[in-house]
Amino acid sequence: MVNIKINNEPLEVLEGTTILEACKQAHYPVPSLCYLKGINDIGACRVCSVEVVGVDRLVTSCNNVVSEGMEILTNSAKVREARRTNVELILSQHNCNCPTCTRNGNCTLQTIAYQLGLNTETYKKEVTYAPWSSKFPLVRDASKCIKCMRCVQVCDKVQDIHIWDIAKTGSRTTVDVSYNRKIKDSECVLCGQCITHCPVGALSARNDKTKVFAFDAPISTHKKVSVVQVAPSVRTSWGEAFGVSREVATPKRLAAALRRMGFDYVFDTNYGADLTIMEEGSEFLERLKHKDDYKYPMFTSCCPGWVRFLKSQYPDMVDDLSTAKSPQQMQGAIIKTYFAKKMNIDPNDIFSVSIMPCVAKKAECDIPSINDSGAGKDVDVVLTTREMVAQIRSLGIDIASLPEEEFDSPLGPGTGAGVIFGATGGVMEAALRSCYYLATGMTPDPDAFYEVRGLDGWKEASFDVAGITVRTAVTSGLANARKLVRALRRGEVEYDFVEVMACPGGCVGGGGQVIHDGKELAGERGEHLYHLDKNTKIRFSHENPEVVATYKEFLGEPLSHLAHELLHTDHRAWDLPHAYIPDTDV
Amino acid sequence: MSRLNVFTKSKAQAVVEGLYKDLENRIVASPPGLCPVDISSSFLKLCHAQTCGKCVPCRVGLSQLQNLIEDVLDGNATLDTIDLIERTARVIAETADCAIGYEAANMVLKGLQGFRDDYEEHVKTGRCLCHLEQPVPCVAMCPAGVDVPGYIALIHEERYGDAVALIRKDNPFPTACALVCEHPCEARCRRNMVDSSINIRGLKRYAVDNCGEVPVPECMESTGKKIAIIGGGPSGLSAAYYLQLMGHQTTVFEQRKHLGGMLHYGIPNYRLPKERLDEDLNAILSTGVKVEQEVSIGKGEGQIPFEKLREEYDAVYIAIGAHTDKKLGIDGEDAVGVVSAVDLLRRVGDNDMPDFTGKKVVVVGGGNVAMDVTRSAIRLGAEKVSVLYRRRKADMTALEEEIEGAIAEGADILELHAPKAIEKNDKGEVVAIWADPKIIGYMDSNGRPRPSDSGREAVRIPCDIVIVAIGQDIVSADFDSAGIPVTRNMICADSASEVPNMPGVFAGGDCVTGPSTVIRAIANGKVAAANIDNYLGFNHIIKVDVKVPDPRIADRPSCGRVTMAERDSNERKKDFEMVELGISCKEAKQESSRCLRCDHFGYGIFKGGRVDQW
Repeated sequence: MVNIKINNEPLEVLEGTTILEACKQAHYPVPSLCYLKGINDIGACRVCSVEVVGVDRLVTSCNNVVSEGMEILTNSAKVREARRTNVELILSQHNCNCPTCTRNGNCTLQTIAYQLGLNTETYKKEVTYAPWSSKFPLVRDASKCIKCMRCVQVCDKVQDIHIWDIAKTGSRTTVDVSYNRKIKDSECVLCGQCITHCPVGALSARNDKTKVFAFDAPISTHKKVSVVQVAPSVRTSWGEAFGVSREVATPKRLAAALRRMGFDYVFDTNYGADLTIMEEGSEFLERLKHKDDYKYPMFTSCCPGWVRFLKSQYPDMVDDLSTAKSPQQMQGAIIKTYFAKKMNIDPNDIFSVSIMPCVAKKAECDIPSINDSGAGKDVDVVLTTREMVAQIRSLGIDIASLPEEEFDSPLGPGTGAGVIFGATGGVMEAALRSCYYLATGMTPDPDAFYEVRGLDGWKEASFDVAGITVRTAVTSGLANARKLVRALRRGEVEYDFVEVMACPGGCVGGGGQVIHDGKELAGERGEHLYHLDKNTKIRFSHENPEVVATYKEFLGEPLSHLAHELLHTDHRAWDLPHAYIPDTDV
Repeated sequence: MSRLNVFTKSKAQAVVEGLYKDLENRIVASPPGLCPVDISSSFLKLCHAQTCGKCVPCRVGLSQLQNLIEDVLDGNATLDTIDLIERTARVIAETADCAIGYEAANMVLKGLQGFRDDYEEHVKTGRCLCHLEQPVPCVAMCPAGVDVPGYIALIHEERYGDAVALIRKDNPFPTACALVCEHPCEARCRRNMVDSSINIRGLKRYAVDNCGEVPVPECMESTGKKIAIIGGGPSGLSAAYYLQLMGHQTTVFEQRKHLGGMLHYGIPNYRLPKERLDEDLNAILSTGVKVEQEVSIGKGEGQIPFEKLREEYDAVYIAIGAHTDKKLGIDGEDAVGVVSAVDLLRRVGDNDMPDFTGKKVVVVGGGNVAMDVTRSAIRLGAEKVSVLYRRRKADMTALEEEIEGAIAEGADILELHAPKAIEKNDKGEVVAIWADPKIIGYMDSNGRPRPSDSGREAVRIPCDIVIVAIGQDIVSADFDSAGIPVTRNMICADSASEVPNMPGVFAGGDCVTGPSTVIRAIANGKVAAANIDNYLGFNHIIKVDVKVPDPRIADRPSCGRVTMAERDSNERKKDFEMVELGISCKEAKQESSRCLRCDHFGYGIFKGGRVDQW
């Protein structure tokens, strides 16, 4: 322990504690802007500067640790002047059109400016604008960038893809796509982690709300039947935006809210997830029969960020991805075929929307070869959790007072196995639950495969399935995924089945989720999914009655010809720029 | 109003002159990797502030040039803008009335020639060609990339062994470099912005003097690969050291009795005592390097043919150095008493000391080797040693401290004299050297002034010994005949040290670059080791298990640079003992506290702070 004084009050803190953390413990919180624990401690904004008695120059509190006897002043005249001036300088280069910013009300710079009570513009306004493709799902607004470098660090350290870099020098120093490229020519996987870690509105996902809700959009004109599906992880985070607990912001209230937004049919992507398990699980069991023929394990394919990663970084391994489509695309295909037929609707008259925790899904639904229903795109528009939340807010829907309503049937209800898709390890666990049944005819304990749960970046577990040892690994966050892939390529590890999620913690930590600056909520959101699973009656994908009905009435059986046609895809049928610097590890 | 006044500086003027000095220091400390177009624009702004405003090209033109370059930087320009910049600058250079204008325009023109592609990249992509790199200046300036702030921080904590271990990650010659390195690391030290650069070599010397024996890391698992290294100098031994650590078995083929190359045979004991060199050699050899001494490569008797090495070894590294002398090419050079610097230093290295007692010696040349032989000749008892140099003393390529050291020990510098002929007696012995007086003239293409004819008559300088120190050459004929590409006696190798079209053959050090510094040769050995490892199908990582201390939270007030003292010149010139004295513990503590820790502060903490491994 170290004895220090903060604003003349003695305090004992652990050795190695940063000054920032110590000040927080002392209830003298110091504002910080660029700092992101464990990811960005470069002291760029200088807003967290404090005075250390005996040292002339001010000291950044985010990246300096306390030492015995240190006396810290967080509100001395020198500190106050510095804090205010540095924020004023940042504001002089920031586009302060806050009312129309995606981060209005959820912006750290706005909050700090408010806290400091800044009400005049001291410096000449010098805002830089730069063009950006309006079509790309990831949007950078140069006029709002405060050069905190968080995006660069997240992309480098958490995702290990290096799309962002410093560009230009001197006074023109900014952030841009690395190697002087345009974003569309880069291998960006669209994980959106740079968006959720941006303290301001410089990075955002393409706004597609008008395609759904505008005056002349299908939901308004009623010229088409509008259908929405909502991904498992969305239910864990949507209430956060309204300050409502997860016990109140239930999946059933989510269904009710979507109905009030004007959708004719409200489906749960859990159905698609269960369908994915049937296809991917069956594919895996087939592959397991010839496991010696494969150099590498089978990889899950439900995360489009991961698919983009593998395609661009290790194109020689693409054939080891499961050919199963993601739950979103399976559900989209089924909506415009089976559902349309069953409800006697012309599939061309269906407008299919999905609500996803993800930015990459916006690109996934645009892959030409992924659309198999024959009626345009299988999923017409993808909205992020944030876009859905914004729409709910704009409609003034009070979610706490909504009634609990069921998802529509068919394609409505999902299982506990489907719901855990949103957390790292969930796909693997759901697959193992059903693989066990499909291989042995016996139903395992639904919690038998708990070892693949949790936030560890790289988890391993082996299970006995019908006398065969199935070696599995689960990873999330692409830096972890790269480590795992390298280990596979070097021959250091061997697995049969590997689940990869691009975002740390899985979709619950997705790039399309509700943003809370400085907080990583994947852990508690994931736990909530396991809580929902535990309290679901049906916890096996193969027991989902609507999935069973879909096979019986329409698809036949998993991996049938029709299932292949609608629910599987060729990952090689579309192109993505390869990594600018290919991995030369092995 | 008085008729005349004594000029006194106004306060403002005095302050501005201080600021000029600050700016000079700041330019000295410019980090590598800045955008050249941005820098040009900034220079232009300073130049423009100097204009008196009388003439159009300077007053208006420099300002319009700034506008145009700013357009380029802001992405508001076309390729035509670049042409307009060029035309405008050309006209200013041709028509400005004084140097304030035309030299400012010349700077822009030089930039357009030197980095036009940078201008074009700004126009085409709105971005810099150089993607911003602000590496730690000392690390970037060191050819071997030694972690300077890391070891300075360790020295500050009195962890001298760890400091040496950290240096060895990139340079297996910590002691030799502590004593003789030309310390390019100090050139751009950011501390120049505050007062003056850190005495990095002095601190390193303190570490190697106080670390005791520091064991080398354990070698990695044996790969069974064999590598032949031709030449046991700093480059060859550096490659051998790292390749051994990577698990390969190296054999060094050394032509002479002793290992060390120019460190042994080129640098006299008073700068690098042999027992200090042995500290590095013993550490390197402790990794298991095999050595075959007194063997050379070639087709002659007792020599090993190059082809045989290629057959028997999985890879070959050629690092034979530059060990022969260049000739003056003047009459009488064959006289008895004319010796080459290389030969003299080799004899000194082998402890076969010639006796110069009572002799008059003339040394021809102005480089570090010329100073080494000058100071050696004094120690060998010469009555008088004169250094004959065709340019000015200020133009000598030798380090200033070496020149000053030689003068303090009694050497005469005879500048602006070019050797013309050597006069011999009937026994064929040297009696004098004739030299043409020169005047200094116009700059050559490298910016060095050329000596030109003075119109005065040649002078006769009586002497008994002439030592020729005008550069070294490479003995590469045997390699040429073995099919290795050679140009002007230099062995051809690319930046990865690979010899073109000869898979598995690598070359580096002086035999590739021409005579250069120790640290450059070491860096070449490191590069070769990494690329040989990859060539053999491996990717062994060299790293060190030393944690660099976090920077201290403290102000860094202005403080003078600690310098190293030397032994009294009258005493030291009598022997070959070390001239330079190390710094004290107190000095080491103070000097190490001056380090600004660029590995942490500024860009260091974000990117480019530390290369932990290679």
